[in-house]
Amino acid sequence: MFYREAGQFKTSYRADQGILTIVQDRFVIGAFAFVAFCVVPFFINDYWANAILIHVLVYVLAALGLNILTGYCGQVSLGTGGFMAVGAYASYKLITAFPEMNFIVAILMSGGITAAVGVVFGLPSLRIKGFYLAVATLAAQFFLVWVFNKFGWFFNYSPTGMIVSPPREVFGFLVTGPQASPEARYLFCLSFVVVFALAAKNIVRGRVGRSWMAIRDMDIAAELIGIRPLEAKLTAFAVSSFYIGVAGALYFNVWLGSAEPTEAFDINQSFFVLFIIIIGGLGSILGSFLGAAFMVLVPITLKTVMVDGFGFAVGAAKHAEVMLLGTLIILFLIVEPHGLARLWQILKEKLRRWPFPY
Amino acid sequence: MLFLLETVVSGLLAGVMYSLVALGFVLIFKASGIFNFAQGVFALFAGLALYDFIADDGWFYHMFGFVLPVWAGIIATMGVMIIVAWLVEFLVLRHLVNQEPIILFMSTIGLAYFLEGLGDTLFGSDVKPLDIGLPHGAVDFLLDDYNFYVEKLEIVAAVVAAVLVVVLAVFFQKTRIGRALRAVADDHQAALSVGISLRTIWVIVWSVSGFVALVAGIMWGSKSGIQFSLSLIALKALPVLILGGFTSVPGAIIGGLIIGVGEKVAEVYAGPFVGSAIENWFAYMLALAFLLFRPQGLFGEKIIERV
Repeated sequence: MFYREAGQFKTSYRADQGILTIVQDRFVIGAFAFVAFCVVPFFINDYWANAILIHVLVYVLAALGLNILTGYCGQVSLGTGGFMAVGAYASYKLITAFPEMNFIVAILMSGGITAAVGVVFGLPSLRIKGFYLAVATLAAQFFLVWVFNKFGWFFNYSPTGMIVSPPREVFGFLVTGPQASPEARYLFCLSFVVVFALAAKNIVRGRVGRSWMAIRDMDIAAELIGIRPLEAKLTAFAVSSFYIGVAGALYFNVWLGSAEPTEAFDINQSFFVLFIIIIGGLGSILGSFLGAAFMVLVPITLKTVMVDGFGFAVGAAKHAEVMLLGTLIILFLIVEPHGLARLWQILKEKLRRWPFPY
Repeated sequence: MLFLLETVVSGLLAGVMYSLVALGFVLIFKASGIFNFAQGVFALFAGLALYDFIADDGWFYHMFGFVLPVWAGIIATMGVMIIVAWLVEFLVLRHLVNQEPIILFMSTIGLAYFLEGLGDTLFGSDVKPLDIGLPHGAVDFLLDDYNFYVEKLEIVAAVVAAVLVVVLAVFFQKTRIGRALRAVADDHQAALSVGISLRTIWVIVWSVSGFVALVAGIMWGSKSGIQFSLSLIALKALPVLILGGFTSVPGAIIGGLIIGVGEKVAEVYAGPFVGSAIENWFAYMLALAFLLFRPQGLFGEKIIERV
């Protein structure tokens, strides 16, 4: 009843190829965009920006990147944390070495540098597959974090080994550094996420995306119908690393403001992003959004409920939180292995027929 | 020369410790195709449980007023691990039959989180020195006569690992259950069709790998105390695993030895040139280099792909 496409005719190929072909879809997404861009900035404060909104947005971007590689191209990667570190350190080097450079350009360039690194670490994927590859990408994770710890050039020889983001402006608004307003930082991240999500949606619908999916479904068969595995796999690694690099740059510059490689980019980051795309839905752009929101909000909610609601000690609450998170993940995989995106699809089907059973 | 020999021997012995963890992975992967990330946490959990049975500040002592002798503690811990294995099958695996490997992999990470939180909640998160009477320190006559340092505990670990492999080999080759296990590893459906219960087999396999985890927990716990970082040895075992092949028990042992020696030699001879702490990633790079020549690991079954 609410989601009927009856009576909505498409009269051109253009309309048929649209991303949002149904009025209801356009309405829902439009409403979300309106709230996100025009309403939220008026109510945002530091806590909401830092703990929730920017947090979610950064991980949405990272999840989009990993989803391209794992969800669309089928190459399981556990090196996300390492690639985020590349993005963060590249952006740090760029904005400190060239203070005049436009901040957006610097972030995009750090994405490009990450893409190059990603291609290098993607080379083994041509030879090894499946879990062997997943473990091999751990090499990237540990090696990259080690490099950023070891060589002073990357953190400008700062005595603590930390990198601190200097204040930078975009269109006259400060977006990094402690003085930046939460509104500006939020909107900056949001714009990046929206543009990149649209781009991803279109890439995966196009020729490149289809070749990725063919490789994912069966690489030998894909090769037989004329898809070059080298090209498809390496472009997937490049595009995915580009996204993850930009996410890493935003993570460090806009969200954290300062970072230290062993903690900010450790292996748990890689697992966290992998959880996001599995819980959100492999091979789904919408899933990256839903998964990121789920994985960020659930621990915060659990913690708030346990510490403030039931008066647990912080330490005990931490253990209980880890336990509950593990339980929830398992439960989720059992109930809906295809993720939140599939739940949304089922819900749409239900809404379409409601209140009738058929 | 002596120094090189000492490095190699200590590398071999350290490699045995990695192999102990990798063994548990191989067992589960062989029998159920599940890449069990929780193996490291299993070792931690087993170590914590054992500590609480035999130490005089564990909750067993608080509850009953006495502690178990070491052998009884080990048996009791084994009981705990069997219960854990059964619960894993009953609550998790049973519902995930026929899912894609990555989903199963993620569920074991969820399991790792859960056991980690549970272990911390039940047993506390401080470092616990596990002492079950294993010898410590250098082997005296080698040190005195040849100035050659070998840690006693690591020799014990090597002997234990050897015994473990022999026991596992006999168990797999000679017993009825072992035959069933190999049948399941070969082909789930065919095994089902001749009347082997997949669920029972899975419980048994997870119990066996719980037992291997217990051994690993004892060894690592005696070496450096039982602490949270024990769960991270899973990350040390992964390169061993891909080097040896996911499906090969001898591969896990030989892979461990190669990684152990490679790591130690690299740390001593290449470490000073590129800076220290390379052991974090060196094992992975070494394994990757091997993989480029043999994509299924040294002893893994050849991957045959059909369209």
